[in-house]
Amino acid sequence: MSSFLIAWSKKAVLEVQEYVKLCVALAKAATSRPFYYRDVVEQLDAIGVGSLTVVLLTGGFTGAVLALQSGMTLDQFGARSVVGRLISASMIKELGPVLTALMVTGRVGSGIAAELGSMAVTDQLNALRALGTDPVRKLALPRVIAGVVMVPILTVISDFVGIVGAWIVTVTQLRVASSVYWNSVVDALYPEDIWMGLIKPVFLGFALVSIACFVGMRTTGGTQGVGKSTTAAVVAGSVAVLVLDFIITKLLISLLY
Amino acid sequence: MATSSSLEARLSRVKTLGEPIIAFEHVFLAFGDNVILKDISFELRTGFTKIFLGASGAGKSTVLKLILGLLKPQAGKIWVNGVRVDTLSESDMMKVRDDLGMVFQEGALFDSLSVRENVGYKLYEESDMPLDDVHRRVEEVLGWVELEEHIDKMPSQLSGGQRRRVAIARAMTFQPRILLYDEPTTGLDPITSITIDEEIVKLRDIEGVSSLMVTHQLRDAFWVAEKMAVRGPDGKVEIVPASPEKLEQTEFVMLREGLIAFEGTVRELRATDDPYLKLFLS
Repeated sequence: MSSFLIAWSKKAVLEVQEYVKLCVALAKAATSRPFYYRDVVEQLDAIGVGSLTVVLLTGGFTGAVLALQSGMTLDQFGARSVVGRLISASMIKELGPVLTALMVTGRVGSGIAAELGSMAVTDQLNALRALGTDPVRKLALPRVIAGVVMVPILTVISDFVGIVGAWIVTVTQLRVASSVYWNSVVDALYPEDIWMGLIKPVFLGFALVSIACFVGMRTTGGTQGVGKSTTAAVVAGSVAVLVLDFIITKLLISLLY
Repeated sequence: MATSSSLEARLSRVKTLGEPIIAFEHVFLAFGDNVILKDISFELRTGFTKIFLGASGAGKSTVLKLILGLLKPQAGKIWVNGVRVDTLSESDMMKVRDDLGMVFQEGALFDSLSVRENVGYKLYEESDMPLDDVHRRVEEVLGWVELEEHIDKMPSQLSGGQRRRVAIARAMTFQPRILLYDEPTTGLDPITSITIDEEIVKLRDIEGVSSLMVTHQLRDAFWVAEKMAVRGPDGKVEIVPASPEKLEQTEFVMLREGLIAFEGTVRELRATDDPYLKLFLS
């Protein structure tokens, strides 16, 4: 049992070491030439525009169901009219960033791991290196940049759609006046909340995409290995999003509030 | 084996036919407890061909990956084009790779790129060559492997043999002086294999490329060793039996249990009395 634990610990430490090495390589690649602009634009489209539908649906329905649930709870205190405060604070500070990151992990993380994994097992990554191209620069960096740029933008869209979804439910189901809802939404918003809602997705976007690239580029074992990598990228990415969310929230609360 | 300094001096004059362009000196490589290469030393001379034979898992493809710097040995020295590559960083290795072309097993074409983009990849992405010149060069090399009409197809639309020929075209687009072939004919029918072998011979004899080929397809190995390409008076390239001088320019290396079990010409290989080699050749 102890030998198993030692072997497992060694493997885990090695994985972390390799991930840190990838992050260092990404930092070096981001600050030196060559830079593949076209690939960055392609990835901005693939990760950002491609994830829009799922983020819109997630944000909209989350906001709507949050309004329904919090309406019931607030009714117990006769405070149905302040539902907007709860929606805006929850969506902007927490649900928007986390749910968007989780949805992007599911959609984009799996895709990146599968694509890079297939390239790894068919020697295409080695072919790139043989042709003088660094796969980290060509494949990983554009995806990570797209993740860092697009996840915050998608989060803002998700926040907005969530608040609109909640507004529809609040007005049609909870019978709260529209003006009361919007006043309540604005009243609850502080600059610190907005900063938190914008800073968190930057880190979450970096984590989920870099983990997917890391897992994908280290794929071995043929098509079965690609399947395992895809699962590992989504699982590791999702857990990383939730853990990182806690750490960054704790840090930002101590810094901003 | 020459001393390191004299070898480096010799490698710096690699443009001369017969001078060493690749050299391995007591190379050792293991993955954990699994020793792949125990003690490998050999030289590939400019304009010559070296054919690596051996059973599956003997470390043949590993030799190519070491030359390309995709793997690093735990001991020993490797020189490519006068540069010691076993100690080079990945960024410095990129310069060495400018003179190395590699044809991977199964081709390793980029699925998301067309034949044109695959073949011209290095020139499109890693050079400042004007686009018109790149297009011309891509069409030229595709003409060389007789695949001009497939220029706008995707790799998935090509047959296995066509994919290998595109891989050869991709490896030669930027005119490297060294070409590495990893099982270029494995899994192909005999007729298609001959077309690949012809390309290898043409590149060696017409373009003057030094090549290192890894295979366990003996028929193709002997074909490459015993044929040569000549340009006829009408400018057309013909494949003819190799001259005695040309026969000496192709050397066979047999890897066995991490060591070189045989090194010599096709004549020496055919005349060997070694029971393992005889079994392998039978």
